[in-house]
Amino acid sequence: MNKKRKLSALFIRSAMYLCCFITVALLLFMLGYVMVKGVPNLSLKFLTTKPSHMTGQIGILPDILNTVYIVLATLCIVLPLGVGAAVYLTEYATSQKVVSVIEYAAETLSGIPSIIYGLVGMLLFSNHFGTSILAGALTLVIMNLPTVLRTTQESLKTVPQSYRESAFGLGAGKWRVIRTVVLPECIDGVVTGCILSVGRILGESAALLFTAGFAHAVNGMISGLTSPGATLTVALYVYAKEEGEFGVAFAIAAILMSLTLLINLLAMSAGRYFAKRRNV
Amino acid sequence: MSSIITTDKLNLWYGDTHALKDINIDIQKNSITALIGPSGCGKSTFLKTLNRMNDLIETVKTTGEVRYSGHNIFSKDIDVNELRRDVGMVFQKPSPFPMSIYDNIAYGPRTHGMTNKANLDEMVEQSLRGAAIWNEVKDRLKKNALSLSGGQQQRLCIARALAVKPKVLLMDEPTSALDPISTSQIEELILQLKEKYTIIIVTHNMQQAVRISDNTAFFLLGELIEFGKTEKVFSYPQDKRTEDYITGRFG
Repeated sequence: MNKKRKLSALFIRSAMYLCCFITVALLLFMLGYVMVKGVPNLSLKFLTTKPSHMTGQIGILPDILNTVYIVLATLCIVLPLGVGAAVYLTEYATSQKVVSVIEYAAETLSGIPSIIYGLVGMLLFSNHFGTSILAGALTLVIMNLPTVLRTTQESLKTVPQSYRESAFGLGAGKWRVIRTVVLPECIDGVVTGCILSVGRILGESAALLFTAGFAHAVNGMISGLTSPGATLTVALYVYAKEEGEFGVAFAIAAILMSLTLLINLLAMSAGRYFAKRRNV
Repeated sequence: MSSIITTDKLNLWYGDTHALKDINIDIQKNSITALIGPSGCGKSTFLKTLNRMNDLIETVKTTGEVRYSGHNIFSKDIDVNELRRDVGMVFQKPSPFPMSIYDNIAYGPRTHGMTNKANLDEMVEQSLRGAAIWNEVKDRLKKNALSLSGGQQQRLCIARALAVKPKVLLMDEPTSALDPISTSQIEELILQLKEKYTIIIVTHNMQQAVRISDNTAFFLLGELIEFGKTEKVFSYPQDKRTEDYITGRFG
């Protein structure tokens, strides 16, 4: 009996070791595979030129710029919208019913597959602005709105009621209380939402395939917004699937992976910084 | 002496709960009035009605009048922010803002439009002196207010309230979260403040009421049972319920 029990314990234990090993091995394999295939193709020239059909040279400068434009444009729109909505819902809204309906809607919105956002964005925005970075950014705004809304709302709820009461007690009006006491306290929620959104924008491809297009031209910020352009993720798809340039695709993949790592580190250190500032 | 706050048949409901019933009271200028009574008797609710802090709770309904300097504070042409500037408040839990000591004190004056640096500096010093905490903090005005001890934080909050030059100070159990030494410092401070301000203080501590107040109001189940000179209320209570409460028979 005892022997049988020992044996089964040993079996379970080794099975779990194996699961753990496979998980870690898969992850490391992914990382290593992409890096080995991608990094040799990286060069300064690759990063700083645009592709040319004349020379057959491939560079991803336009894709990098497009990514920057789309991140900036999305944040510029989504931050005021999301933070504003969160402030309204927590500080102004009086009907608890309306608030919970909106919260539920936001929750649902964030679970919808991104290709559906792409389809809607194409009909809604690309029809008006053409297939463009702007149409892509607007689509991403809808996608990221729930994230920014929720993270801001959560941190607004953690601001102690006593801060608000004290400020009101000194004769401050509602907006002044929000601007000078409440919002500075929830900056960490806004920053978290911001970082999460950037990560999501970098990783998004399906929604942008529909709305922002595949172009590889170098544009300035303003003209870039109204012209089509591929972000890094979309460019990866195009180079791999349509042009068979797997070296280029893997190089882009390596860049995206490093960026993801960087963003996670940033999110972590931001979290730590704000926690530290809080416990003065 | 003239009265500064008068209530007339003041009633208040939280939803369906009738929390204040026909309160009639006259608060004298430059006096200290203690509000006593068991938990849930309405004394804090009454206090918060006087500068309309109860407006922040949605389900609150009031009837009757509260007259401050002769004006009904519920009337439409009263600016509630101006009312709260005149009738300041100190809360039970010390609640400094998470900013520097200086910015905490300057918050009120800045709210009401003071921007001149020299004026602000003077107002900050004057208020901190007024709350008997200047000597302890004058060398670290730029430090975060949350680094102060509980008693210091509470005196800072009193200084913050003084900085908008109120006429009346409402204090909601200001010492219940503090140690005995900080408590006696704050009591001493309250006695000094009487010179310039009218003070209404909610307290659970009967000895505190006797030590510092001129008048005492005893609340029970939303009613004002007895109101008069403190020594009279405590030595010769007119109502049986007052006597039972102050002799510790319930509470």
